Amino acid sequence: MFYRESGDFKSSYEQDSQTFPIKFDRFRYYAVLAIAFLVVPFVINDYWANAILLPFLIYAIAAIGLNILVGYAGQVSLGTGGFMAVGAYACYKFMTMMPEVSMFVHVLLAGGMTAIVCVVFGLPSLRIKGFYLAVATLAAQFFLVWLFNRVPWFYNYSASGQISAPERDVFGILITGPNAPAWATYMFSLIFLTLCAVIARNLTRGTIGRSWMAIRDMDIAAEIIGVNPLKAKLTAFAVSGFFIGISGALFFSVYLGAVEVGEAFGISKSFLVLFMVIIGGLGSIFGSFAGAAFLVLLPVVLKVVGVDVLGWPTDIVAHFQLVIVGALIIVFLIAEPHGMAQLWRVAKEKLRLWPFPH
Amino acid sequence: MPDQFLFATEVFINGLMAGVLYALVALGFVLIYKASGIFNYAQGVMALFAAMTLVGIMNGQVPFSHIINAVFGTDIHHFGWHVPAFLAILLTVGVMVLFAWLVQRLVMRHLVGQEPIILFMATIGLAYFLEGVSDLMWGSEIKKLDIGLPQGGSFWIEDMTAGLGSDNFYGFFIDNLDMVATVVAALLVIGLVLFSQYTKQGRAMRAVADDHQAALSVGISLNFIWVLVWSVAGFVALVAGIMWGTKSGVQFSLSLIALKALPVLMLGGFTSIPGAIVGGLIIGVGEKLFEFSVGPLVGGATENWFAYVLALLFLVFRPQGLFGEKIIERV
Repeated sequence: MFYRESGDFKSSYEQDSQTFPIKFDRFRYYAVLAIAFLVVPFVINDYWANAILLPFLIYAIAAIGLNILVGYAGQVSLGTGGFMAVGAYACYKFMTMMPEVSMFVHVLLAGGMTAIVCVVFGLPSLRIKGFYLAVATLAAQFFLVWLFNRVPWFYNYSASGQISAPERDVFGILITGPNAPAWATYMFSLIFLTLCAVIARNLTRGTIGRSWMAIRDMDIAAEIIGVNPLKAKLTAFAVSGFFIGISGALFFSVYLGAVEVGEAFGISKSFLVLFMVIIGGLGSIFGSFAGAAFLVLLPVVLKVVGVDVLGWPTDIVAHFQLVIVGALIIVFLIAEPHGMAQLWRVAKEKLRLWPFPH
Repeated sequence: MPDQFLFATEVFINGLMAGVLYALVALGFVLIYKASGIFNYAQGVMALFAAMTLVGIMNGQVPFSHIINAVFGTDIHHFGWHVPAFLAILLTVGVMVLFAWLVQRLVMRHLVGQEPIILFMATIGLAYFLEGVSDLMWGSEIKKLDIGLPQGGSFWIEDMTAGLGSDNFYGFFIDNLDMVATVVAALLVIGLVLFSQYTKQGRAMRAVADDHQAALSVGISLNFIWVLVWSVAGFVALVAGIMWGTKSGVQFSLSLIALKALPVLMLGGFTSIPGAIVGGLIIGVGEKLFEFSVGPLVGGATENWFAYVLALLFLVFRPQGLFGEKIIERV
């Protein structure tokens, strides 16, 4: 009743194969976009931007990137933290080398840089797969973090070994640095997220996406039917690296402002993003959003309930968070291996017939 | 003999000893992987949990005292008794068996037939869960573990080798604990081999590792075998936890030794016990020698990544690892 497709006729191939074939879906999507772009920037304040919205937007980009690699192409990666670090450091170097260029360009260049690095570390995927590859990507994680820690050129020989974002703008509006207004940082990240989501959605619907999924489902069979595994795997690594690099660049420049590589981009970041993908739903763009929202909100909610309401010490709440996240992952894998995206799909199926049982 | 050579030899020997400790952790992975095809990421956290439980039992700590105190406003910490090390180890083994049973009952049984990568992710979830539980149970502060193992450098070896080099060579520094660990690891491997070759359960375990369905059809209970395997892995984790805990204190970083064991596994092959040991030795020696020879040139701390990069390069040429079974894929 709430979700209907009757009377929604398609009379051309274009209409039939559009991103949101159901009218209701499409309008809901426009409504969400309208609220995100036209309402939120006017009501946003610093707390909402920094505690919830910015991390959500940025992690959602990273989750989309990782979902392309893990969910669509089936190449498990535990090196996300390292690749985000590449994005952050590339962005930092571009920001300091070319101060006059728009911040927008810096972030895109950082994404491109990360894509190259990601492809280099993806090369072994042509020979090794499964667990071996998952573990091999840890090499990227540890090596890259070590590199950014040890080679002073990357952090411009600063005494602390940290990188901190200088003030940069887009069309005269300050985006980075402590004086950047909340709405500007929010809009900047939102634009990137929207672009990434649209690109990812369309890539996964097209030829490249199909070849990724063929490789994921069974690589040898895919090879036999004419999918080029080299091209499919490396494009997956490149696209995924591009998105992850963008999110790393935003994470450093827009969100945190100053970064110490081991802390901000350690192995726990890799797992966090992987959990977003698992809980949200493997192989689903919407799932990346859902997973990111869930894991960004969970600590906030737990802190409010545990510390503010119940008055427990913060360390106990932090440990509870580990227990809850761990348990949730297991529960999700057992009950719904396709994550929150699948729950949403099932809910939609039910709503189609509601209130009739069948 | 030239000093440089002696130093290198010392590094080599210490690398071997460190490799044994890596191999100890890697063994637990191999056991579970062979028997059930599950790549158990939680092995390192199991070592942490085992070591924490051992310390907790020895000191008579009240489990979950932190959270009990927070909820009920009480102030309890210890039962007030001390359990001797041997008994405490037995009790800890009991706890690990219980844990194995729970894991089998609540998690793995529901995931039978899922893709390997789903199982792997489930064990990552398990690792987080267990880490949180062990912190809630025993507190997250660094604890000292002392069950009477010798520690510090061996004076005997230092005195024996002091005369070999010139004046600035004071003899080999070799840690007593590492030597004990080597002996324990050797005994453990011999014990595991004997167990799997000469006992009924061991044979059943190997049968399950070979072929689940065939094992099931000749009347082997998969549930029992999996509980058994997780228990044995828990025991191996306890041994590893004791060694690492005595060496550097029982704390969160203990669970990160799992990350050190992964390249060992890649190098040796996921399915081979000898592979775990040889891989451990190669990684241990390799990373110590690399740090010794190349480390100073590139800023040090190469131990963080050397093992991974070595394993990665190696895998490109031999994807199944040194002793792994050849991967045959059919469409």
